[in-house]
Amino acid sequence: MSLVDTLTTPAEGDVPLSERGPAAVDVVVGFGFWLFLLSDIVIFGSLFAAYAVLAGQTDGGPDGQHLFDRANVLIETGCLLASSFTCGLFSLAIERRAAAATYLWAAVTFAFGAAFLGLELSEFIRMIGEGAAPTRSAFLSAFFTLVGTHGLHVTLGLCWLAVMVAQIATLGFRPHIVRRLFCFSLFWHALDIVWIGVFTIVYLGAAYA
Amino acid sequence: MLGKLSWDAIPFDQPIPMAASLLMILAILAVLATVLLKGWGPYLWREWITSVDHKRIGVMYGLLALVMLLRGFTDAIMMRSQQALAAGDARGYLPPEHYDQIFSAHGTIMIFFVAMPFVIGLMNFIVPLQLGVRDVAFPVLNSISFWLTAAGVLLVNMSLVIGEFAKTGWLVYPPLSELAYSPGVGVDYYLWALQISGAGTLMTGINFTTTILKLRAPGMGYGRMPIFCWTALASNLLIIAAFPILTATFAMLLLDRYLGFHFFTTDGGGNAMMYINLIWAWGHPEVYILILPAFGVYSEVISTFSGKALFGYRSMVVATMAICMLSFMVWLHHFFTMGAGGDVNGVFGIATMIIAVPTGVKIFNWLFTMFGGRVRFTSPILWSLGFMCTFVIGGMTGVLLAVPPADFVLHNSLFLIAHFHNVIIGGVLFGAFAGYTYWFPKAFGFTLDERYGKAAFWFWLIGFYLAFMPLYLLGLMGATRRMQHYPETDWQPLMIVAMIGALFILAGILCIALQLYVSIRNRVALRDRTGDPWNGRTLEWSTASPPPPWNFAFLPHVQAPDAWWRMKQAGQHTSVPGAERQWHAITLPRNSPVGFFISFFAVISGFALIWHIWWMAIIGIAGMAASGLVHAWRIDSEIEIPAEEVAAFEQARQRSAAT
Amino acid sequence: MQSLWPDHIGVLDPQGPIGAAERLILLNATSIMLAVVIPVILLTLAFAWWFRARNTRAIHLPDWSYSGPVELVVWSIPALVVMFLGGMGWISSHQLDPPRPIASSTPTLNIQVASLDWKWLFIYPDEGLATVNRLVVPVGTPLHFTLTSNGVMNSFFVPQLGSQIYAMAGMTTHLNLMADKPGTYPGLSAQFSGDGFADMRFDVVVMPVEQYNEWLRTSRAGTSTLDEASYLKLAKPGIVDKPMLYADVAPGMFETIIRKATGH
Repeated sequence: MSLVDTLTTPAEGDVPLSERGPAAVDVVVGFGFWLFLLSDIVIFGSLFAAYAVLAGQTDGGPDGQHLFDRANVLIETGCLLASSFTCGLFSLAIERRAAAATYLWAAVTFAFGAAFLGLELSEFIRMIGEGAAPTRSAFLSAFFTLVGTHGLHVTLGLCWLAVMVAQIATLGFRPHIVRRLFCFSLFWHALDIVWIGVFTIVYLGAAYA
Repeated sequence: MLGKLSWDAIPFDQPIPMAASLLMILAILAVLATVLLKGWGPYLWREWITSVDHKRIGVMYGLLALVMLLRGFTDAIMMRSQQALAAGDARGYLPPEHYDQIFSAHGTIMIFFVAMPFVIGLMNFIVPLQLGVRDVAFPVLNSISFWLTAAGVLLVNMSLVIGEFAKTGWLVYPPLSELAYSPGVGVDYYLWALQISGAGTLMTGINFTTTILKLRAPGMGYGRMPIFCWTALASNLLIIAAFPILTATFAMLLLDRYLGFHFFTTDGGGNAMMYINLIWAWGHPEVYILILPAFGVYSEVISTFSGKALFGYRSMVVATMAICMLSFMVWLHHFFTMGAGGDVNGVFGIATMIIAVPTGVKIFNWLFTMFGGRVRFTSPILWSLGFMCTFVIGGMTGVLLAVPPADFVLHNSLFLIAHFHNVIIGGVLFGAFAGYTYWFPKAFGFTLDERYGKAAFWFWLIGFYLAFMPLYLLGLMGATRRMQHYPETDWQPLMIVAMIGALFILAGILCIALQLYVSIRNRVALRDRTGDPWNGRTLEWSTASPPPPWNFAFLPHVQAPDAWWRMKQAGQHTSVPGAERQWHAITLPRNSPVGFFISFFAVISGFALIWHIWWMAIIGIAGMAASGLVHAWRIDSEIEIPAEEVAAFEQARQRSAAT
Repeated sequence: MQSLWPDHIGVLDPQGPIGAAERLILLNATSIMLAVVIPVILLTLAFAWWFRARNTRAIHLPDWSYSGPVELVVWSIPALVVMFLGGMGWISSHQLDPPRPIASSTPTLNIQVASLDWKWLFIYPDEGLATVNRLVVPVGTPLHFTLTSNGVMNSFFVPQLGSQIYAMAGMTTHLNLMADKPGTYPGLSAQFSGDGFADMRFDVVVMPVEQYNEWLRTSRAGTSTLDEASYLKLAKPGIVDKPMLYADVAPGMFETIIRKATGH
């Protein structure tokens, strides 16, 4: 009658999804990781809230408009978005179980991520050098914590990526390794989404404050 | 080399903490010595410490909660005796710097290390069994969660011997908890212990939400899920949404204290009010994280012992999820006295009262569950009836406190203390005990002694009323919380009554300990071979007691709510189908020590961070990472139980049940 | 001590319009809820007893687990109670909002309150004097409190006069109270603030107007002054045994306290 009928067995079609018994491992792992990402987003949500409350509390110190180097931030954003794109290619290579392509895109993703991190760190160092350390004011505390927490996530993501490459090299594309790689790519894309928030609220927000 | 740590950290000059620590250390040594001498070490390691079986982990959570109940209650009885003594010019026996640690530790321990592990333990043990599946979604993660909670417990108890605990109250409000006003290590003990155990709790939330939403026996649609699983789902959703807020908030306070940030400081533009908002954005949902599973327990118990299906199942589900949502919209009622203005206070006051609607519906539905039933007065139902009568009073005073102007005169008073003990003892703790007595035979294959169980209930009930009704009155008389002494000698008689109430509760706790001891001694007489001692309704009663590691030889096929009851009605007396079915080999997750090792290193890094011993902190963190990496390379993550073993177990069980 | 405070029934014995209104709300709300709570408790006990397993006379409805009309009633009862109490809460939270001035023909007395570790400083900005741990006010006069803290958070609370409010560093909160009868009413901090918290007690002494004026006159005769130096001395953490009095106050002292609390 329709395409759906040919895809699902009649028995499955009669039983609602919620009554079909325990889900497959891939589904369970993916779902659990989505929940983890949600909880991580709540952490960022709290830090965003703190930043929103404290953004004006410069205590006589420098404010965002004078501190932020938007050109630098734009390059940072470019690096991160590019790494997300190459992470997608990385996932496609894994899908095909193509080892060489997998390593290549992992390396490119890592490089973009590391470049992002390098730029962010250099910005932090420049700011601290200019007397805009996180201890200077509540605004700077909130800024460094929010942006730094994102940076910490990127750092952990890079470590994870390195571990995953080692796992592919030693264990191959076993099902549980592929599941972990799937979770990694979810994580990496989620960091992009958070960064869009950071870019909009922190950097663009300061320009229009 | 050792950071802030020196011999001064050990309170040699204070007899009370010294004696308490000595006692604690002796108890730990005695347990360790017994384990070593009896040669139990390998058994414990193999069967418990590295176990990823949700039932074993549930039991360990329960044990942890009961042990910490003793610690938390010791604090309680010290507070009650101090306040019973320190009236007029008297100053009692606990100086402020000690008394302040005691009430802070009492609240912290009772919420995080008694109520939470008790509730999580019950969920661990029961949820997969009720869902008709073999384990939780992530068994190894479950073990890590437990051991991280245990790590937090260890750190909090270390503060008794080495250094001090927070002297700020259980939610460590800044600016008091900032370095400027609390330079000691107490707040750091609090923060690191809760960061570590909080990470464990968050993983539990993810694990159980996934389990309930993705792993259910065939046929168990949402409308057929046992009500306890619904409440567990609500509770775990709240954990996922609320605990990250706690983690972020504590992280900010840690940055203030360790690196001189200005989130909540009085200087530098910090804002302490933000902390109070954030902490209650976690704190209020936390209350429902605890109470909702307790509601689930009462629902199961009342239905089972009335011999009837739960009245208004759909209503109960709707009420549970409504409470789950609303619990995030009321946090401001914890600080109406901050001066937010009439509009804000009014909105949050009304939002708070609205929670009373679904809660009230629950009470009525339990009432009608009994209507037309055949109520058997076992101790689980006594706890439930005691809860219903007590909780409505706590609910009433809660709604009273939700009226902003009433809160203006009752905020932070002993009335408030009475209110939340009314709902936490009368709600959460009674529920925990009801669940403990109800499901104990499932876990161990024998029932608990009823005489001691009933005695425990009556001591707790009377003790509760004696201890907290006077506090309601004292609150109305203007007595505020956390006073080390007070000049009003006419408050003293009521304080003494409250102290006597605490002694009754002590008797209740002793009865629970004795009940366990007596029941273990009489386990042969109390043996239950059927696996279904209460004529239960849900799937956990369809399998053996204690259940085999695989829970169910065949996943049950669920046709309706109260699945096991329907099976029994249909003449089926085991969830294992007839002999024509082929026995299958069953794969189960393999044990893993990773949870234990990660938590071991978490304790080391936590302790090192508290005392600013940086090299040790690095070792701890590296140890955690290394444990995780070793685990990541594990490939033999499953074991297979041969079909013969499954068949032998199930057939032996059927023979045994038949005799 | 006991002779000082003969009467300790606190918020149930209000001595001013705010406290009286709040007591009324307490009693009203409690009675409304008791009308539901008491029957529920009795029904719980009655149902449990009547439907006990051994009572064969009780009707047996093992399969009765849903009834539309019953569900309607059980949702309606709490909903109606909450609608009523919600209305009461909304109106009263506006009428009794702490910053809302009290209508009166008598001019308002302004008092600035600073919570220090662990004592209360009361500044009378218009009268130019200050006290510690003892607040003297005239009867029947609206009192407008402006509150702050020099560091740790406290809550200013006189149970018999009504509403409390937080005192927080670097900012001000507002509270309006009034005393109807002369007398001495105990006050305290209702927010834990450290080791000396239990001693953060003060008396509110309410005097007839003439006696209050007399107190003002004699108090001003003293020599001690509250200025930055004496404030810093007073603000050091510690307990004061006896109430203190400053006959003179340097101008802008309250603003100085707020500024100092934020590290400037």
